[in-house]
Amino acid sequence: MVYWNIFWAFFVANILGYGGGPATIPLIQKEVVTRGWLTHQEFNEALAMGNSLPGPIATKMAGYIGFHEGGILGSFLAVFATVAPSLILMLTLMGILYKYRHSIQVKRMTLYVKPTIAVLLGVMAYNSFHDSYFQIGIGQFLFLGVISYILMEKVKLHPAFIVMGALLYGGLNL
Amino acid sequence: MKQLNIFIALFRSSMLGYGGGPSTIPLVHKEVVERFKWMTDEEFGDVLAIGNTLPGPINTKMAGYIGFKVGGKIGMINATIATILPTIILMVVLLTTLVTFKDLKWVQGMTKAIVPVVGVMLGVLTWQFIEASVKGLKWPFTIGHILVGIVLMQYFHIHPGFIIGGLLLYAVVKPTKSVEGKKSKGLSA
Repeated sequence: MVYWNIFWAFFVANILGYGGGPATIPLIQKEVVTRGWLTHQEFNEALAMGNSLPGPIATKMAGYIGFHEGGILGSFLAVFATVAPSLILMLTLMGILYKYRHSIQVKRMTLYVKPTIAVLLGVMAYNSFHDSYFQIGIGQFLFLGVISYILMEKVKLHPAFIVMGALLYGGLNL
Repeated sequence: MKQLNIFIALFRSSMLGYGGGPSTIPLVHKEVVERFKWMTDEEFGDVLAIGNTLPGPINTKMAGYIGFKVGGKIGMINATIATILPTIILMVVLLTTLVTFKDLKWVQGMTKAIVPVVGVMLGVLTWQFIEASVKGLKWPFTIGHILVGIVLMQYFHIHPGFIIGGLLLYAVVKPTKSVEGKKSKGLSA
């Protein structure tokens, strides 16, 4: 039953996620946190770690959460549910999809869901800020938030260094 | 040799790419089109466009298709594994270690300090999706969509699946003419 739930959770999140891996993150969070597999905090930690490592994010989250819930088989199932359905669709429907690749309907599909994905991501961002404000207070929260924003977006520093820096700061000061 | 090349090409592009699947696509392009010449520029563009019409992560769809094209079923599995396995192993090892030491005070400090950083990352990602939707839908539509989305999901607690499903259906059935008109207006603006 656990295995079926793992498969189903990641299948649903990925079949609904248009716009690549990052678009599926809030959908994965919804499945995983509502089912009680991880708390908000744990999910955030996994996401931070995932963002500091290279490669696609959806499969890293699936691999870790699947492992957390169901060991190696759970990890395999979560990744399989993430990767296989859309890859199989792609390989089998290549001919038809190729014909319609420039059709306006197909282009609209990815476009129309974008604002909804933005809402889902925005809510996650808000929740992180909200949690952090209560955990470490406004001063520390603003300090870490502003510094990491500047380093990420203005200095264009690699996210791995920012995550490591934050971990170091937290280990020493919080 | 061919299978080894498939593995090397996708392993390298995945390990060098930060910021999730979509940001590694140019690296996949570099390997597949420029270095190994398995596809032309145009083919790659077409496959990418097709991949984007389907849900789920883009990077694994690209890897799987390219692997299949170059090396059959084994190539497909090989390419997908090269793309995802190394980082999944790293992720599991790092996080399970962190969880083991969860009760130490300094580890708790570390996990607290990570929350605002994640918030910023998600905030930046939110902004990227807003920007992308403004490009195609313009500001009023984007803001309208966002407000309706907030009300439906946060206040009425409707599962995002229904909203996304509804939007996809709308994208398919909506008459095409009005959109073309809007598109050309968008271009001239």
